[in-house]
Amino acid sequence: MALLSNTAVLLGKELRTEFRSRELLTTTVVFILIVVVLFSFTFDPTSAESRRFAGSLLWLAFLFAASLMLQPCFLREQNNDTLSALRLSVSDPFTIFVAKLAANTLFLLLTELLMLPVFSILFNVPICPVFGRLVLVLFLGSLGVSIAGTALSAVSAQARMRELLLPLLLLPLLTPVLVASTQVTVGLLDAQPFMEWKGIEFLVVFDVVFFTALWLLGEYLLEE
Amino acid sequence: MAKHALGSAIVVLLLVAAAYGAFFIAPTDVKQGLIYRILFLHVSSAWAGLTAFFICFVGNLMYVWRRAPQWDWLGTSAAEVGLAFTTVVLVTGPIWAHPVWGIWWTWDARLTSTFVLWLLYVSYLLLRTLVEEPDRRALFSALFGIFAFLDVPLVFGSIRWWRTQHPQPVVMGGPGTGLDPTMWKVLFFSWMAMLALMTLLLLARYKLEAMRGDLDIVRREAEAA
Repeated sequence: MALLSNTAVLLGKELRTEFRSRELLTTTVVFILIVVVLFSFTFDPTSAESRRFAGSLLWLAFLFAASLMLQPCFLREQNNDTLSALRLSVSDPFTIFVAKLAANTLFLLLTELLMLPVFSILFNVPICPVFGRLVLVLFLGSLGVSIAGTALSAVSAQARMRELLLPLLLLPLLTPVLVASTQVTVGLLDAQPFMEWKGIEFLVVFDVVFFTALWLLGEYLLEE
Repeated sequence: MAKHALGSAIVVLLLVAAAYGAFFIAPTDVKQGLIYRILFLHVSSAWAGLTAFFICFVGNLMYVWRRAPQWDWLGTSAAEVGLAFTTVVLVTGPIWAHPVWGIWWTWDARLTSTFVLWLLYVSYLLLRTLVEEPDRRALFSALFGIFAFLDVPLVFGSIRWWRTQHPQPVVMGGPGTGLDPTMWKVLFFSWMAMLALMTLLLLARYKLEAMRGDLDIVRREAEAA
């Protein structure tokens, strides 16, 4: 119970910090937009081609954006000298991770939902009929990205070259998420949309494995 | 020193014997001809590399649990040695694939996951160079090592389910079905020889890392004084 209420308080803090400036959300949305536009030059964006590539393109853009977006997660605490205070404020450091990863998942999901309509218009892929199922895969994928990303941003925040290090550690680790989410998304954006349930199950497994690892090992990541 | 020389001599002998077996004892493959003999280097290196990564994982787990620097030394040594063997796998793979499959590379499950595995451990070693403080470096790399090792089966699973057209590469899926019993014996012997080489390298690398650790302590004491 304490875990839940503490998490809620910390999550509130994360959301307040972000929504005061909205820096992270704005820059990430612009970044995804740039990547999507740049991608359109790499192939002939006709409707048929777009359907084939849209899923992969979307997830690559999200993954790159996430590796940048997750950067300030612990760096901000480090720069403001608030990490020790944060650690002292809760008895279980896992709470800090849960709050941060919940906030990150929310931010990611929000940017993705903002980008979906733009993406659908630019590449002529209808998303309305499959919107619900698309949100499900976006949620599970973003959750996986956030779990691994939050853990690793605690690592990279304390290293040199941290801006480069986080993508370097995170992106190869996220290969399974990219493969599974892309498969499901490509299926949903197909001319005859279908749901690749195996991909959803796989994402759930990934999320559970990494969430458990974070639960067991998270406290060590925040050691002084 | 004498022990080390004896160990090296035994490993060299084993490797020579394995090479003899690979070239002269194992029969020539009907379909692939001579080129298939690279299997004995390729597959045994892959297994030795995986063994090294498993040792690295054990070292990482033990470090997080016990916090003794020895486990950190073991982890980093095993990661480096494993990376060396995996590099051999990634180099010999295309050399073998080109004449047999007609292409240097295919994004098949085993190839791709080996590549991702290689990338993960390169990141692991890079991380170590970028964290200054020794205890923190040891802890962070150990934690990343654990995450990376947990990721490997997931990488393999995801690629095998969605990215591979054939469960086994068409011509020769490595030591799958249809490997001659003599070939199996030679392969097993090559693996043992590679394991011996891996152990030798690991011990040498561990010794070096231990010296480095001791030097670090002396240096810090000197700075403090």
